[in-house]
Amino acid sequence: MHPAPSIILFTTLSGLGFGLLTFLGLNMPDVDGWVLFTFFFVGFALSVGGLLSSTFHLGHPERAWRALSQWKSSWLSREGICAVAALCVLGLYALLAIFFDTKVAALGFVGSALSLLTVFTTSMIYTQMKTVPRWNHWSTPLLFLSLSIGGGALLAAQTAVAGLFLLIATLTQAFAFWGGDRRFKDRGHSLKTATGLQNGELRLFEPPHTGTNYLLKEMVHQIGRKHAQRLRVLGLVFGLALPTVLLLSQTVGHVLAGLIVVLHVGGVLALRWLFFAEAEHVVGLYYGKHG
Amino acid sequence: MTQLPGPTPKKLGLVIDLDTCVGCHACVVSCKGWNTENYGAPLSDQDAYGANPSGTFLNRVHSYEIAPKDAPAQLVHFPKSCLHCEDAPCVTVCPTGASYKRADDGIVLVNEDACIGCGLCAWACPYGAREMDMDAGVMKKCTLCVDRIYNENLPEEDREPACVRTCPANARHFGDFADPESNVSHLVAERGGIDLMAEQGTKPVNKYLPPRPKTDAQPEAEIDVLAPLLSPVATEAHGFLGWLDKTLDKLPGGAT
Amino acid sequence: MGEPKLNLSPRVSDEVRKTTCYMCACRCGINVHLKDGKVAYIEGNKDHPVNQGVLCAKGSAGIMQVTAPSRLKSPLKRVGKRGEGKFEEISWDEALKIAKDWLEPLRQDPQKLAFFTGRDQSQSFTSFWAQSFGTPNYAAHGGFCSVNMAAAGIYTMGGAFWEFGQPDWDRTKLFMLFGVAEDHDSNPIKMGLGKLKKRGAKVIGVNPIRTGYNAVADEWVGITPGTDGLFILSLVHLLLKAGKVDFEYLANFTNAACLVDCDPESDEFGLILRDDEGRELVMDRNEKRPRCYDKADIAPDLVNGWRNAGVTHKPVFHFMLERYLDEQYAPENVAEKVGISAARIRAIAAEIARVAFDEAIEIEQEWTDFRGRKHTKMTGRPVAFHSMRGISAHSNGFQTCRALHMLQLILGAVETPGGFRFKPPYPKPSTAHPKPHSKVTPGAPLDGPHLGYPQGPSDLALDEDGNPIRIDKAFSWENPLSAHGLMHTVISNAHAGDPYKVDTLFMYMANMAWNSSMNTAGTMKMLTDEDENGDYVIPKIIYSDAYSSEMVAYADLVLPDTTYLERHDCISLLDRPICEADAVADAIRWPVIEPDRDVRGFQSVLCELGAMLNLPGFVNEDGTQKYADYGDYITNHIRRPGVGPLAGFRNPDGSGAGRGDVNPDQIDAYIENGGFWIEHVPDNAAFYKPWNMDYQNWAVEKGLYDSVQPYLFTIYVEPMRRMQAAAEGLGDIQPPDHLRERLKQAMDPLPIWYAPFGEDVNDDAYPLHALTQRPMAMYHSWGSQNAWLRQIHGRNPLYVPTDVWEASGFEDGDWAKVSSPHGAITVPVAHMAALNANTVWTWNAIGKRKGAWALDDDAPESTKGFLLNHLISDLLPPKEDGMRYSNSDPVTGQAAWFDLRVRVEKVAAPEEAQPAFPALQGQGVGE
Ligand SMILES: Nc1nc2c(c(=O)[nH]1)N[C@H]1C(S)=C(S)[C@@H](COP(=O)(O)OP(=O)(O)OC[C@H]3O[C@@H](n4cnc5c(=O)[nH]c(N)nc54)[C@H](O)[C@@H]3O)O[C@H]1N2
Ligand SMILES: Nc1nc2c(c(=O)[nH]1)N[C@H]1C(S)=C(S)[C@@H](COP(=O)(O)OP(=O)(O)OC[C@H]3O[C@@H](n4cnc5c(=O)[nH]c(N)nc54)[C@H](O)[C@@H]3O)O[C@H]1N2
Ligand code: SF4
Ligand code: SF4
Ligand code: SF4
Ligand code: SF4
Ligand code: SF4
Ligand SMILES: [Mo]
Repeated sequence: MHPAPSIILFTTLSGLGFGLLTFLGLNMPDVDGWVLFTFFFVGFALSVGGLLSSTFHLGHPERAWRALSQWKSSWLSREGICAVAALCVLGLYALLAIFFDTKVAALGFVGSALSLLTVFTTSMIYTQMKTVPRWNHWSTPLLFLSLSIGGGALLAAQTAVAGLFLLIATLTQAFAFWGGDRRFKDRGHSLKTATGLQNGELRLFEPPHTGTNYLLKEMVHQIGRKHAQRLRVLGLVFGLALPTVLLLSQTVGHVLAGLIVVLHVGGVLALRWLFFAEAEHVVGLYYGKHG
Repeated sequence: MTQLPGPTPKKLGLVIDLDTCVGCHACVVSCKGWNTENYGAPLSDQDAYGANPSGTFLNRVHSYEIAPKDAPAQLVHFPKSCLHCEDAPCVTVCPTGASYKRADDGIVLVNEDACIGCGLCAWACPYGAREMDMDAGVMKKCTLCVDRIYNENLPEEDREPACVRTCPANARHFGDFADPESNVSHLVAERGGIDLMAEQGTKPVNKYLPPRPKTDAQPEAEIDVLAPLLSPVATEAHGFLGWLDKTLDKLPGGAT
Repeated sequence: MGEPKLNLSPRVSDEVRKTTCYMCACRCGINVHLKDGKVAYIEGNKDHPVNQGVLCAKGSAGIMQVTAPSRLKSPLKRVGKRGEGKFEEISWDEALKIAKDWLEPLRQDPQKLAFFTGRDQSQSFTSFWAQSFGTPNYAAHGGFCSVNMAAAGIYTMGGAFWEFGQPDWDRTKLFMLFGVAEDHDSNPIKMGLGKLKKRGAKVIGVNPIRTGYNAVADEWVGITPGTDGLFILSLVHLLLKAGKVDFEYLANFTNAACLVDCDPESDEFGLILRDDEGRELVMDRNEKRPRCYDKADIAPDLVNGWRNAGVTHKPVFHFMLERYLDEQYAPENVAEKVGISAARIRAIAAEIARVAFDEAIEIEQEWTDFRGRKHTKMTGRPVAFHSMRGISAHSNGFQTCRALHMLQLILGAVETPGGFRFKPPYPKPSTAHPKPHSKVTPGAPLDGPHLGYPQGPSDLALDEDGNPIRIDKAFSWENPLSAHGLMHTVISNAHAGDPYKVDTLFMYMANMAWNSSMNTAGTMKMLTDEDENGDYVIPKIIYSDAYSSEMVAYADLVLPDTTYLERHDCISLLDRPICEADAVADAIRWPVIEPDRDVRGFQSVLCELGAMLNLPGFVNEDGTQKYADYGDYITNHIRRPGVGPLAGFRNPDGSGAGRGDVNPDQIDAYIENGGFWIEHVPDNAAFYKPWNMDYQNWAVEKGLYDSVQPYLFTIYVEPMRRMQAAAEGLGDIQPPDHLRERLKQAMDPLPIWYAPFGEDVNDDAYPLHALTQRPMAMYHSWGSQNAWLRQIHGRNPLYVPTDVWEASGFEDGDWAKVSSPHGAITVPVAHMAALNANTVWTWNAIGKRKGAWALDDDAPESTKGFLLNHLISDLLPPKEDGMRYSNSDPVTGQAAWFDLRVRVEKVAAPEEAQPAFPALQGQGVGE
């Protein structure tokens, strides 16, 4: 798939944001006033910023409100609703907590749950895509959630929790790489099933057009193996493994925490880029790809 | 609407005959022409006269090469447009309800006024049947020429998709798959029509008729059967003329 | 939310105008839908005989052709150097004055004008113009296109494949297609294949490349290029040997039974014996004496010769047996050369025999033959063949095509049900066609039509000294039967001053500076070369194009044509009409939209220019302009009494069909009728047309001929024998010595096969054959300006077969240097397995010159696309004596595009495909 910067930014930032908000809703860390304000500000900025950035790739952002209508069937619709609900609930919670010094725990709890649900719904948008076998697996929501919770915990200065979830994320990511690399084949997708042409070795002779098109630009992204391998290691080691080790092995001061955040966010951006760039859409088969 | 309507009373769609398609792209261009003027926004082109031309088409013709083990390699021309799937994933992912499957006839359409151009439906389609129009910012797809097939401003005989009407080789057939007696149902039954990428579980309505087996594999086998046809009457002119003279004499009237 | 409410019956358009497509020369009928006066949508016309509603990709893309930025906008005068593409827009008055000033003096020396009209669908009109002007130098594009097909068909059967005939799609059970990728009959062939597929009839494709029609064929014969003749003669060998021959058909309807003069002392040695009225003699099997072939009670004898004065005159059939039963044509002896196993050749011959004779069909239909015999049924041999440039574009193409016709004839599969059928006005034997005319009289018209079918040396276009009269050397000893002229030799001959220099080169609708020339770079140079005085060697060039093509850059004066939707045209029975086997039909184009630029229909311009030049036929008695425009000409011109450009709706009341007086409202009647006119062939006239009196009488009634003219198919072609006899030393008109041997071989009156001339290269240096094919969705050079079509074919790779691919170490995305004895190009390669193992190929004419067609300079057509033409020489390699012959068929002069041999070598990818030429500047459509 085409690794659109807006989508990479959206999923990374909003994941972090909703992760942070999850903790804030649970009153972790237990802070008040300006400090709490700052935490919430960061949480909202990340999640709202992420959501906004996701509208950049829309053909008609002015109609974005319509996206809330199809909650019965569409994960994107559900995501929108969850996000709005989470932001509203936690907005109220934050308002009361910061300006009225009243932490309505139930409200926070609901807000946290909605935040996690938002991240889950986001992940389900990708997970549901049978057309992208790499995504179409339980590891995708686990990865999104663990990253979100781990990153959120990191931002919320919950080092132990962060360490734990980043460990889960590390393992999930490693598994996702491993399993993702073979899933396309395992699912049995091939040019033969795509075309029904069975008797012999089959390959694309001529594409339908020498010019390019939307499908090729959007769905048939090809990435060099070496390049991908390097990024995987970088992302996995610096974005997940190293932070996990640091978080779990020693007490983390502000400076180190800042460093870990930078490492982590950078790493997740790289991993998210790979998440898209490495995702093979079955339509590529028709264009002679993924053979 | 984004929910699927369940079984539809009619299942309109196309049969594509891979044994007959010569890969001429006529269906591609007539589709472009019709849909540029009709349903929804025109199909735009970008950099039309430049280095990287691209544009929106709702139907495209690929070609594939098959190399069987013991026969010469073959080429198959392969047209592809929306298959109007029964379990259309492109519909259920749509967050706005713009994508829908018509309850009456099963045609999958995009309501362009409601489409936000998120592209998700195109991701969900295994077949590459949806293309975002870069000018209009909305998703385009084959409409099964819904604005032709019922169009009372068209003569009855023209109420079929533009691509079907134009196909010079008659490799495209339009009809109702819910009716076991329809032309398309018969074709599918007779020729073993297949689903593309059945493992995706989309239950395509459109069916493909696979190429018939080629006969160029084993001349030796054929020649045994056919050999008597070529048994020589003579090997040189003189003998031949003698044979012919006798043969002609034996004919009624004795003359040619 | 429910489903949105759709308008299921939107208004499709404001108005539909029916005219004829011209996105290629197939002449399909189109419905042009207009909205607000603009073209909105184009679809096929269901009533039209050619396409019956279907339309190809190009036809549907016509709308982008009439909006393309490459359309010329006004007359242009060259301001830069030739070939730069720099022009100034001028008025029509100025343009016409320039043309007049250039042409007027040439009327006193008409050979100084060379008028060649390329892809012309109005040849009966443009040739009329040229004839009136008096120049012998006129032809259209047939010489570089498919004259081998046309001439071989006319000389053998009085009609050819392609536009003149068609397989009996409704009845054929076995269809064999030789060397066709697309053809001019593009929609009808596809429709026909569709019918065969539906009926389950078998299709065999004989082609080195397995794409398109050959991809859907049930059986593919991946023949070695240039060897079809040998393959066909091997089939003939097997069929003859097995007696699987329609003797009755051969004896009665072909000249197989005609007696050949076998007296070596005779002036007529090798010609057919004739009676006092000049009619062919056959032995009568009953009366055992020679008689005229057309007697009612005759039994033409294939077996017995006529012994007279010590000489036995033998029937043609004897010569056929002697030649084709020879073991040199046995499958085992040809298999290696043709690249088809002996077993497969046998299997195909047997299959042909089985279908032709075991599955013969009969139609209960009475008919009367020219001998006056009544028949109660029509017997068909349901085997049909079709062929095009895969055979014709080789230097042995004429004879190969003749061999194919002979195969059809021994099967009795021409003009019989299930076989091959002619479309009126064909069949028409070569003797009923005009002969070429070339007698120049200063200030006066030529003595007759330029082109035709020579019957012997005395019909050649030679002056008293035996030199060619025509600039293209058509109808000279180099290519005696060049029935369509040789447009491809005009520029090089004019440049070389051989046979003479011309003053003005006037061309229409042919991209001679690019895809329709061999030696492309050389041609561009010839067009720009200057003499010692700094004048151009070809002094003046006038060119009419509708678009900013490569050729425009080489013109001094450009006359911008309209597009096909903006003008009158006439697809006339006098040219190449839209007839079907069951119908006579013709069609028009008319301005369904008005041009939005200062352009004029070229034919209308010729009407005006003709009047300015005072050409007979173009002025009234008082010297005023005779035809206001082409529409006026189409309506009012009379060719023969009662016969004009359009056959339908003649007489002022529209009652005339075929013949009749002028109808001032004729064009309106055509428009009313959907742009065409059609009249069906009666059922009893549907088959056996050359011998069927019901057909013959009907044809006379419709004005196709002036008198009934039944004839025999000529397996043995006397005009060829006459040329061959001259080469052997007989007669007064003698070829130059250096051509004798070649003529003796090539002008054989019975089909033969010889290796293509261009194949005469070192096999190790140039091991591969190189071909081109037409892409179905692109028309030569002119599709690339089309925004839709160029997305489908914007560049072209060279397709390489598996063994070569692997041996060269190619991978996807690689480039190769491709060398021929003539030159080298560097181009992208791609792999193809469904391909003859010794053949490489590419799509034709995708490559474009930078700056042409209003495309950006970095358009893929000019950076990755390429022309194979750079590798094709216009001349063959020198002979031992230093002579260089044109790269053409020695019989017809047909350009031998496909005799090309090459080698490929992997090279590093260059910046862009090589050779690259400087970008054209503006071309009249730039800023
Ligand atoms: N779409 C489209 N249609 C066109 C045109 C176009 O440019 N585009 N051009 C028109 C014109 S001008 C013409 S002349 C016709 C030509 O129509 P075609 O005759 O179909 O011409 P080509 O495409 O050159 O195809 C020649 C075929 O012959 C095969 N071939 C080459 N050498 C041999 C050989 O030795 N033996 C055999 N058996 N096969 C061989 C090639 O592989 C190729 O398939 O098409 C007309 N129609
Ligand atoms: N390598 C290789 N070369 C080949 C062939 C091949 O098979 N292989 N095929 C050969 C054959 S068969 C042919 S016929 C030639 C074809 O080659 P050309 O005869 O050059 O044909 P086109 O490229 O179709 O274009 C002719 C010109 O007509 C112009 N034109 C288009 N429409 C109009 C109009 O309405 N009015 C006017 N005035 N001009 C118009 C176009 O702009 C173009 O410049 O190519 C030959 N060249
Ligand atoms: S129009 Fe018909 S033959 Fe041509 S590509 Fe389309 S389906 Fe195939
Ligand atoms: S082919 Fe694609 S777009 Fe069409 S219904 Fe099926 S999934 Fe949807
Ligand atoms: S692009 Fe339009 S139709 Fe497709 S999912 Fe998004 S809103 Fe729905
Ligand atoms: S049915 Fe209509 S919209 Fe669909 S591919 Fe055919 S022409 Fe295009
Ligand atoms: S074959 Fe195509 S381009 Fe040629 S006349 Fe017919 S519709 Fe037009
Ligand atoms: Mo041609």
